[in-house]
Amino acid sequence: MKSFTYERVATPAAATAAFAKTKGARFIAGGTNLLDLMKLEIETPAHLIDVSRLALDKIEPTTDGGLRIGAMVRNTDLAADVRVRRDYGLLSRALVAGASGQLRNKATTAGNLLQRTRCPYFYDTNMPCNKRKPGSGCAAIGGFSRLHAVVGASDACIATHPSDMAVAMRALDAWVETIDGAGKARSVPVADFYRAPGKTPHLDTVLAPGELITAVTLPKPVGGTQIYQKVRDRASYAFALISVAAIVQKDGSGRVALGGVGYKPWRIEAAEAELPRGAKAVTAKLLAGAKPSHENAYKLPLVERTLAGVLAQVRG
Amino acid sequence: MQTPGDLDFSRRGVLAGGASVAAVTVVPTRASAAPTKAAAAPPPTAKVAFEVNGTSHALELDTRTSLLDVLRERLHLTGTKKGCDHGQCGACTVIVDGRRINSCLTLAVMHDGNKITTIEGLGTPDKMHPMQDAFVEHDGYQCGYCTPGQICSAVAVLEEIKAGIPSHVTADLTKAPKVTASELRERMSGNICRCGAYSNIIDAMTDVAGVKA
Repeated sequence: MKSFTYERVATPAAATAAFAKTKGARFIAGGTNLLDLMKLEIETPAHLIDVSRLALDKIEPTTDGGLRIGAMVRNTDLAADVRVRRDYGLLSRALVAGASGQLRNKATTAGNLLQRTRCPYFYDTNMPCNKRKPGSGCAAIGGFSRLHAVVGASDACIATHPSDMAVAMRALDAWVETIDGAGKARSVPVADFYRAPGKTPHLDTVLAPGELITAVTLPKPVGGTQIYQKVRDRASYAFALISVAAIVQKDGSGRVALGGVGYKPWRIEAAEAELPRGAKAVTAKLLAGAKPSHENAYKLPLVERTLAGVLAQVRG
Repeated sequence: MQTPGDLDFSRRGVLAGGASVAAVTVVPTRASAAPTKAAAAPPPTAKVAFEVNGTSHALELDTRTSLLDVLRERLHLTGTKKGCDHGQCGACTVIVDGRRINSCLTLAVMHDGNKITTIEGLGTPDKMHPMQDAFVEHDGYQCGYCTPGQICSAVAVLEEIKAGIPSHVTADLTKAPKVTASELRERMSGNICRCGAYSNIIDAMTDVAGVKA
């Protein structure tokens, strides 16, 4: 690991000010992804700003009947919150489908959104990877691509985003609240939070350098039957091959978002109009234009069959 | 307690000796690759104070030191094991302020003021924790390397169920989770055992929880 200086800050404003002051700075909260990457020298910050003790660890009601989840709320606490379990079951389900108990005790809401891809070539520093080293190429294209994206990818990168939590947040129309170095606050829908890889796959999100996530807000509860179905190589503690987040109302209308198929949680609202016609019709629209490799072409029928299973479960 | 100067011929001593021999081939490469100026500058340090198994420690550490490394290398609490060092195996599991975490994936300097419990703090050979007793009784291990992490995790898992924290296999999110074999298996999935003592570990946990899983 490269050496670095360390400071702990007490307020979001102090965090962004510290970032502006120091070259090569990074924020650290739970650290379960960043430290892992630092050990491999994929991340090499010169300065770490510890934001883990910021007073952003509360889950509070919003004036419009939703919830504001502080950026530092741990995954365990978010999954266990009674309001989340009652009104946003999809989010609770997605959280407990991810990682291990130990990791969920450490991982924060903001850090979960910002985790980097688990593409094995991103981790293997002997291999070219445009996300890790811009311009070096992509070893996944034409390589072992069983785990990779089938939609939204580019000639430069076919990585998927690994978060389960983000898939539920996308289906729930969540927003990400941030402040920048000048203290200016803004709100970005999760739908627009991740950047398409294009020619710049090293940029995962729309956040500017030094911009700090302060909260994620959920709109008022939408009810319905909420199911998060994750398909993985082992029954627990594994990243998704694909996942389906579904909210289905009594009248058959609803929402569907997918994990494990692209660089972001994949949801196309127009596809949801097909829900009364079943999984095949929804999947056809949701994954229209998919460009799978021969190794990950299985993801297309897997999405359709998993969604069919979810819809059957809703019907009871 | 063993100190770095002790000359007892323990397994740990042999392992440490082996590691230093292996390191000899690595050092020249590193030295030649690093700029002379950077090599001369001491790495940045930071101060931290925390409590481990009821004993207070105030330390100045290389900022890079993981909680796992400070426990093992500075405080010589070698019960906590280094397995993968990447949060995948759970051998390094310790309990911090009542919660189990992977000590390999956290910086020691981030734990100022925390109360840390390792396997040495749960019980002693003369006065074992009920979970340690149950692991012995039910043969919840073979080689034993993952065991300290398994036991720390197991103790915390029962507390998590008591606190009503749901898991992937909890059928009804609005009800309190129960101690069942499937709940225990799911919650222990962050602790890998290459010997495959899993079923006996579940028996040990079930015994301590006082239920028939």
